[in-house]
Amino acid sequence: MKRLIASLAVLVCLATPGFAVNPDEVLADPVLEERARVISSDLRCVVCRGENIDESNAEIAKDLRLLVRERLVEGDSNQQVIDFIVERYGEYVLMKPTATGANIVLWLAGPVLFLIAAITGVIYLRRRSQSFEKSDGLSSGEEKRLKELLKD
Amino acid sequence: MITELGHFALILALCVAAIQMVVPLIGAHKGWRSWMEMAVPAATLQIALVGAAFAALTYAFVTSDFSVQLVYFNSHTAKPMIYKISGVWGNHEGSMLLWVMSVSLFGAMAAWFGGNLPLRLKARVLAIQSSIAFAFLLFILLTSNPFLRFESPPFDGRDLNPLLQDIGLALHPPFLYLGYVGLSMTFSFAVAALIEGRIDAAWGRWVRPWTLAAWVFLTIGIALGSWWAYYELGWGGFWFWDPVENASFMPWLFAAALLHSAIVVEKRESLKSWTILLAILAFGFSLIGTFLVRSGVITSVHAFASDPERGVFILLILAIFTGGALMLYAARASAMEAKGVFSIVSRESALVFNNVLLAVGSIVVFIGTIWPLIGEIFDRKVSVGAPFFNAAFTPFMVVLALILPIGAMLPWKRAKLGRTVKQLIPAMAFSIAVLALVWAMQTGRSALGPIGMFLGAWLVSGTLVDLAGRTGRGAIAGRLSRLTRLPRADWGKFFAHVGLGVTFMGISGLEAWQHEDIRTTMIGDPFEVAGYTVTLESVNQQPGPNYISTFATMRVEQGGETVAMLHPEKRVYPVQAMPTTEAAISNGFWRDIYVVIGDPQDNGGWAVRTFIKPFVNWIWIGCTLMSLGGLVSLSDRRFRVAAGAAKTRAQGVPAE
Repeated sequence: MKRLIASLAVLVCLATPGFAVNPDEVLADPVLEERARVISSDLRCVVCRGENIDESNAEIAKDLRLLVRERLVEGDSNQQVIDFIVERYGEYVLMKPTATGANIVLWLAGPVLFLIAAITGVIYLRRRSQSFEKSDGLSSGEEKRLKELLKD
Repeated sequence: MITELGHFALILALCVAAIQMVVPLIGAHKGWRSWMEMAVPAATLQIALVGAAFAALTYAFVTSDFSVQLVYFNSHTAKPMIYKISGVWGNHEGSMLLWVMSVSLFGAMAAWFGGNLPLRLKARVLAIQSSIAFAFLLFILLTSNPFLRFESPPFDGRDLNPLLQDIGLALHPPFLYLGYVGLSMTFSFAVAALIEGRIDAAWGRWVRPWTLAAWVFLTIGIALGSWWAYYELGWGGFWFWDPVENASFMPWLFAAALLHSAIVVEKRESLKSWTILLAILAFGFSLIGTFLVRSGVITSVHAFASDPERGVFILLILAIFTGGALMLYAARASAMEAKGVFSIVSRESALVFNNVLLAVGSIVVFIGTIWPLIGEIFDRKVSVGAPFFNAAFTPFMVVLALILPIGAMLPWKRAKLGRTVKQLIPAMAFSIAVLALVWAMQTGRSALGPIGMFLGAWLVSGTLVDLAGRTGRGAIAGRLSRLTRLPRADWGKFFAHVGLGVTFMGISGLEAWQHEDIRTTMIGDPFEVAGYTVTLESVNQQPGPNYISTFATMRVEQGGETVAMLHPEKRVYPVQAMPTTEAAISNGFWRDIYVVIGDPQDNGGWAVRTFIKPFVNWIWIGCTLMSLGGLVSLSDRRFRVAAGAAKTRAQGVPAE
């Protein structure tokens, strides 16, 4: 059953590939339309597999696109539109998860890992370079041997 | 009959793989020469058997033998021959067979061309490689047998998903698999070295060609996939940060890191245990990729028929190989004594930083990809899409681009930062000029374009300075002749780094300055898009071999002259009851014109989508340059000459 739903979802989304935003949806005001496109690309089509509503051909994506434009025409800010849709459909629709709760781990993973890796790297490099500085000079035994060799 | 022979060959291959993974290992442990030597004929026999199975399946597809279930579900008599053949790997079972064939092929290559390897190491490498083949052969035979038959064969097949009936996608999986599986070779070398407990410069030299080859194949495979997505999916995107794309991108990043750290092992005998770890992780991420694609745990547009049982099996393979190798690593890595010492400002340090950026970037992609799964643990249904990856991953690549030209020019062992930076001043000045020019030319747009162009210009010009620096000083004629005598590895580095810069410019140029127009147009009514005049001249219905096409003709003019006649299509494949959109593209060096035909409208007009995509082809030109760089580097003299040198050396080592 799960497989059936999954394959249906794919069919819905791929039904008419390549023509998500239809001409009749486009707003007359180019500034508002541009904002609508930006918002749409951050919202996920809920029945599709990881597509945003701007690229999806599913009916629900179209409904959401129209809803986004409706709110914009009524004078909402971008954030207000997004909040409105998240309230209705849940945070699942956000393509970029908010940095709240457990999601903080997701957002901090990159910087924190980078710091750890960079610090480890620097410690390693310093250790290598210290042995480099040391190995630069000859040990007393080596120096003695060198003198002997030079005498010969 | 041939199908049954194929099935039988596959079972025999499993038996051969089982023997090949045990006997040479024991031989290597006990020092029994003949037991070690049997790895070579076994590897040959293994590829012959797997190849025979693959040929049998291909034969069933070519002759449209619909009594074979796989052929019935994925082929059709009316399908063009090339897609009958590519249909072999356009499905789960067949693609796994291709996967395992690549594993055997790489094993056989190591057996045939690894004459310079010490016998003991070679036996161990081939045994480990064979254990990978064994695991996947078992997987195919137990969960995904491609040779199943119907009791009563149906009359005709169900056809291949029309989106997959495309030359780009016919070639994309084989390259990708060769890349994934090429990393199995470095994995085998790493595990063999861990068992041996010894790594030296020679090991670095043996591993590098395999890593290079895997990386080149991955680069070509990913580029083909993104090129296909660009022209086939109809909205002109080239990368979607889809989980399955990420699955190929993560091993690519690790392979790139491995490629660079193996140089340090080879030239300076440092970073040994880190290189081993990278080799294990790179193949581990290949396996994770396979798991993500086949198990269906993460939703993706790449819909392979997914099955939990298969997922568990692959997870098991992943756990055994990666887990086992990591445990071996934990036990043995401390024995890898680093030899080369270097100062903190040196090529070695720069490469360490390169590795940090690539590895952390890759892990960020990994965490983002699996986060929806982790979110469920916390009872949150979250999505992680392109906006996250753009924000979280891109900074690492920006830093990488900034330090690359400097790091690439730093001398080994001990460098003077000031001296290198001084040489690069012209490149930096040029790049800043590019930044200023681009900034001045564009109005009221994002900073993405100028910054991307700056980074690209910096990469390209910095790499040029590096190349010029290698020719030394003196008269221009002498320098030019020295240029032609540079080692191929230097040229490989040059092409690969320039390619990266070109790809940077392509991506940022496209993202920053793409132009899009969506409208309803009447036939014969011209309209303007970004300085081009576009006219829909006609729309006809036409039959194709296994589809029906709505075939449009569009004229694109600029300044009164026709630039291109484009034929966007909408196709309906009746067997799969699925429409596809075939965008029409006028390719150009500076821009693509990309048109898509939509549905007929009530007023008699047609929905039309027009894109002007500046610099888009630079993305793939850059990828081509990168692969070319890999290939040129692969042909470097030292990989061939090393053969003799290693042989004399291997004989000098007493059998412990």
